Amino acid sequence: MSMPFYVAPEQLMKDKADYARKGIARGRSLAALVCEEGILICAENPSNTLHKVAEIYDRIGFAGVGRFNEFDQLRIAGVRHADLKGFSYSREDVEARSLANAYAQMLGQIFTHEMKPLEVEILVAEVAAARADDQLYHLLYDGTVVDERRYVALGGDADSVAERIEAGWSDELNSADALRLAVGALAGPERTLVGDDVEVAVLERDGLRRCFRRYTDAEVDAVLAGAAPPPIATEV
Amino acid sequence: MARAGVQPPVPTPLAGGHGLDITHGTTVVAVRYVDGVVMAGDRRATSGNLISHRDMEKVYPADRHSGVAIAGAAGPAMEMVRLFQLQLEHYEKVEGQALSLEGKANQLSIMIRANLPMAMQGLVVVPLFAGYDLRRGYGRLFQYDVTGGRYEETNYAATGSGSLFAATVVKMGYRSDLNAGDAIDLVLSALFQAADEDSATGGPDPIRGIYPIVATISEAGFDRQSSESISGRFASLLGRMSTESGGSATVTS
Repeated sequence: MSMPFYVAPEQLMKDKADYARKGIARGRSLAALVCEEGILICAENPSNTLHKVAEIYDRIGFAGVGRFNEFDQLRIAGVRHADLKGFSYSREDVEARSLANAYAQMLGQIFTHEMKPLEVEILVAEVAAARADDQLYHLLYDGTVVDERRYVALGGDADSVAERIEAGWSDELNSADALRLAVGALAGPERTLVGDDVEVAVLERDGLRRCFRRYTDAEVDAVLAGAAPPPIATEV
Repeated sequence: MARAGVQPPVPTPLAGGHGLDITHGTTVVAVRYVDGVVMAGDRRATSGNLISHRDMEKVYPADRHSGVAIAGAAGPAMEMVRLFQLQLEHYEKVEGQALSLEGKANQLSIMIRANLPMAMQGLVVVPLFAGYDLRRGYGRLFQYDVTGGRYEETNYAATGSGSLFAATVVKMGYRSDLNAGDAIDLVLSALFQAADEDSATGGPDPIRGIYPIVATISEAGFDRQSSESISGRFASLLGRMSTESGGSATVTS
């Protein structure tokens, strides 16, 4: 009978974490900022069709960095979780906190039991009526949940993006300021990003039902050039 | 070829004596106009000969650009609408793009077909589905039978116990160049005449302030008309009727 090599659990976990971190570091970063009109999520994403930022439910948004197929699977699981809950109980009962916990369970389970951990970091954001009640949950590849305030940066370059946001932060940001700050922070000092390079969406604080709203590239360019943000959509 | 279930759904007692008193919804109508579709429904629900609910809603948004109006057994119909709304929204979120109008109509057809065993026991649900087809750029409307048969109508459709009367009024007043206001007036007079002839269809109720639910669906989306604007339109409709014919008969929109 052959004996498998002994690998210390500490080493095993460390190797998995390194592997996941390396995968995430290869991708581009994203940032989410709490602002007056809601929560603005801005991701560096050259594709116009493969989304990193998406709608989960009425007031809940999702964003992911790392491997596309992996966080997209998580996104779909989240939509299913939220829709099922909203249908069985009520739309009001769908909350970001419970969704973040469900994600943490999934990520933790996969990290400890599967050969390959998920190479993703995800964000679950819920917009509230007041700025102070907005929720930002940052989930790591191993199921760690970080409850963030004000803003959050995800991805390989997250630390320097967060530093640049902090440097330009004000508690009175409106969505146009937030968008300019986010795009500047993602670009860094050496680059300039335009509408086509980023994917932007806002969870609108004053929205009636489905508050998730995407900006078109042209709208992003207009705001970056100094225009006012597009008006809040009112819909059924 | 016979279309099952186009006849007004009448509450049928269950086999073996005592029938259940099932709440039934009644007349709903949809008309195409230049920018899209108008949908309307009366507010009455009945259980046998009794009025069980005076302000029931029978016209719902299915999603941003389509609506569904229900007739038949109220409970299963409302459940079906809820599930239908969920499916459209779920699809849109998962796929990142809304279903085509055709796709939505077929989805509803499958749900009605699944309800057939219930329909055989008297719980008939026959909705109308209408919407603005963003890809083709005009409004479309669909009628169903209990077996899930899907029939696209070109200009107007009505279903429910008062549908015969409502459809006749719409047929007489329909023109291809109706604007939104004309189309709303037409469906209101259709519902009024249906309520005049059919005891299970409710007319306007100014005492309680209950008026039919009317919604326009155009490129701009599903827009439910305010109760004030509908009561205003009814007032002028009734004014025209009493001056034209002493209140007895036909209305021209």
